Parts: sequence; C-alpha cells; structure tokens
Amino acid sequence: MRPRISAISALMLPVLSGCKGAQSAFDPAGVESERVLQLFWIMLAGGTAIWAVVIGLSFYASRGKTGPYSDRSGVRLIIWGGCVFPTVVLAGLLYWGLEIMPELRRPGDGPTIAVSGERFWWRVAYAVEGEPGVVRDLPRGGIPSANEIWIPVDKRTEILLSSPDVIHSFWVPSIAGKMDAIPGRVNRLVLEPTETGVFNGACAEYCGTAHALMGFRVVVVPEDEFEAYLEAQAQPAAVTDSPGLELFLQNGCAACHTVRGTPADGDVGPDLTHVASRLSIAAGILPTTVENLAAFIASPDHLKPGVEMPAFGVLPEDQIARIAAWLGTLE
Amino acid sequence: MQVFGKTQDNLWTLIAAPTIWGFHFLFSYFLAAYRCAPNADIFKDIGGTRVAIAGVTIVCLLLILLILRRAWREWRAEGGGYQNAKDTPEARERFLEFSTLLLALLSLAAVLFETMPIFVFWDCR
Repeated sequence: MRPRISAISALMLPVLSGCKGAQSAFDPAGVESERVLQLFWIMLAGGTAIWAVVIGLSFYASRGKTGPYSDRSGVRLIIWGGCVFPTVVLAGLLYWGLEIMPELRRPGDGPTIAVSGERFWWRVAYAVEGEPGVVRDLPRGGIPSANEIWIPVDKRTEILLSSPDVIHSFWVPSIAGKMDAIPGRVNRLVLEPTETGVFNGACAEYCGTAHALMGFRVVVVPEDEFEAYLEAQAQPAAVTDSPGLELFLQNGCAACHTVRGTPADGDVGPDLTHVASRLSIAAGILPTTVENLAAFIASPDHLKPGVEMPAFGVLPEDQIARIAAWLGTLE
Repeated sequence: MQVFGKTQDNLWTLIAAPTIWGFHFLFSYFLAAYRCAPNADIFKDIGGTRVAIAGVTIVCLLLILLILRRAWREWRAEGGGYQNAKDTPEARERFLEFSTLLLALLSLAAVLFETMPIFVFWDCR
C-alpha cells in the first residue's frame, strides 16, 4: 500500500507544485484573491457533491431499481430535484457572489497608480489623480515607470486602467481578479495585498503576437519602503558622461525612450530613467542584466516577436555593449 | 385566456409570461447600463434606479402570477396530467396550459434573479 501512495504522491507533485508561487490564484496574497479562492473551493465542493448525487441516482436507476417508476414519483423527482433544488442553489450562489462585489470595490486608502496596457508592455505612472469613466483617458504626468508596480502592503491601492491601442487585461492572480484595459475608457481595480513579496502579473486578454510575453511584476513592500521607492523614482537618472549615453542619443533611442536628466524624452516606449532598478526588462520576460539589455537591443523581435522596437543588430557589437552597460547603471 | 367560459389557449397565451420576463430583463439592463455604464461617480447612490426597477418588478411579478394562477386553474380543472400525446383539441389545450404553467414558473424565478442586484448594489461600483 505504502509504495502505491508514494507513487501517487510522486505523480501529483508536479501538478500540485503549480498551485504555489508568484502567479497562482491558489496561493493568495491579497484580500480579493482570498475571496475568489474561497468561492472556487465552495463551488468545487458543491459541484462535486451534486455530481456524486447525480451519478449515484443514475447508478441506482440503472442497477438498483430497474422496474418502471410511477408518474407521480417521476414528476416529484423532476420538480424537486430538477427545478426547486437548482433554483434555490443558484439563487443562493448568485446572492453570495453579488454581495462580495461591493465590498471588494470599496474606495481605496492607498496610492492611485495609472497603468496603460500598450502592445506589448505596461506604462505605469505613480502619484496621479484621476477617476474612472468612459470617453476618458488616463491622467497624464505623475512619476513614470514601466512593467513593474510597487504597492504598499495592507493598503487598498487604486489602479486606473486604460489602453491606447487594443483591449488588454490586467491580472495579478495572487492578489486580485482581472480587469480589462479598454481604449477610450478608464477602469478601476483595487489591489489589497496582505503579504509582502514579488508577484507576477500578466495580460489576460489576447492582444497580438507578443500577448503571452506581456508580463509585469508587482512588488509589495511595507508603506515606508514604498514611500522611499517613490521618492527615488521621482528623481532624474544619476547620469554620468558615458560613451553609452552618447551612442544612445546618436542612434535615435531618444526618439522613443525617456531618460530624465538627459535630452532623451521620447514617449513611445518605456521610460528608462531607472531601468536598472527594475527586476526585469521587456515586460517581465528577462532578468535585468547588462547581457540581456544588449541582447534585446540587438534583436528585440527575436526575443519578443511582434514588438514595435526596431532591431539595432546593425550596430557594432561593442557599441551595443556600451549602450547596455550605460543603461545598466541607471538605478 | 377564457372566452365565454371556455379556455382558448394559444401561442400568445403561452409566451405571455416569458415576454414579461424579456421586458423586465431589457428594462432593468438598459436602466442599469444607462446609469452605470459611464463608469463615473461610481460611489454615488443609485436609489432612484433601484426604486424604478423594484416598481417594474412588482408589476411584472403580479402579471406573471396572474398568468400562473390562470394556467394552474385551467390545467387543474381538467384534472391536470402530463400526457399530451393525443391529437385532440382537448389534449392540445392541456398541453398549452401545462406549458404556460411551467414557463410562468420559469419567468417568475428569472425575474426574481434579475432583481437580486438591487438588494446588494447601492451604487455603481
């Protein structure tokens, strides 16, 4: 018996290990994800119980009692088992599901962060003031960043979502449910994390070729650490005269990217002022290292098919390395 | 429907209750969408919308209950029964009465389900 149990455990291990980690709705670290998981378990238990009863009844009907049923008992079964029972169960579930929503969507008591889903990355702006609504754009200004969102633990952070191109969906499974980012409309999502840590987010609405590579990180920290982070992000880059900066400007990178504190003020791609302080580049797909920066500059389309940034592989390797090395100093 | 004391069920009496359900659905959906789809002022009280939906719901439920009562009475008057395989005007009548009864029950449950949000949502969040 024991070897059999071990074998079953060994088989289940890879399946169950998928339930843990930084991107799992089964490993909640937020108020909303806890409620969603609770809803899931209760639905699963209820569904399993109903399935067992239906299978039991069909087994009884085919094996236990093979004789004909009276009209009366048949109608009684249909009315109570087929009409009254599902109506009452569904009414209960509907009411329960509905009454969860206002509580999860009550006003935030933390920062407001504007997040714009853009093919195929996330534009982030801290310290903005704005409201949800239709025929509306995200508030401009604030402290810009990209593909990484820092939020304070045990606070209700309001995320304002929109998009300039197609519909995306903002999802951090460990913390909350998903919310669409829709062009011409500002949606609102509240994140209330209960644990510190780094969590993965993803685009959950197909948006084009690199949809599956449109990730981001959510870093949950204590409030004082969040304030210190914001203060650091608000500063311009600690720029030193460097051949990398010159090459960055000479080769047109500044047409699309901003590095505050330099003449680079492009608004097409991610703000790179503090790119080296981020955990990942290219919307969550590569760790931030000088080698990865160089690889992405040389052939972004190879690492991320569909990306709008042109490849700079035509530049000599040493020039790419210098640009990457300079970007690697922007903490 | 009774004409000169005789029942005259037809497809119109059959679909009366689902039609009321359809009207209730559209009314509630459009009114809630008109009020909340702009997604602005999401914490503003929507008492007026809830009262309007409650009022229309009461009227719809009363009408469906009337249809239910009529269908039940006529169906029971002939002894009820679920066998509708005969090709006679009487069997057709029983079939329509019983079907009307079931559809009215379904419409009643559906209207109640559609109304549930007004007991939960005080604003558009």
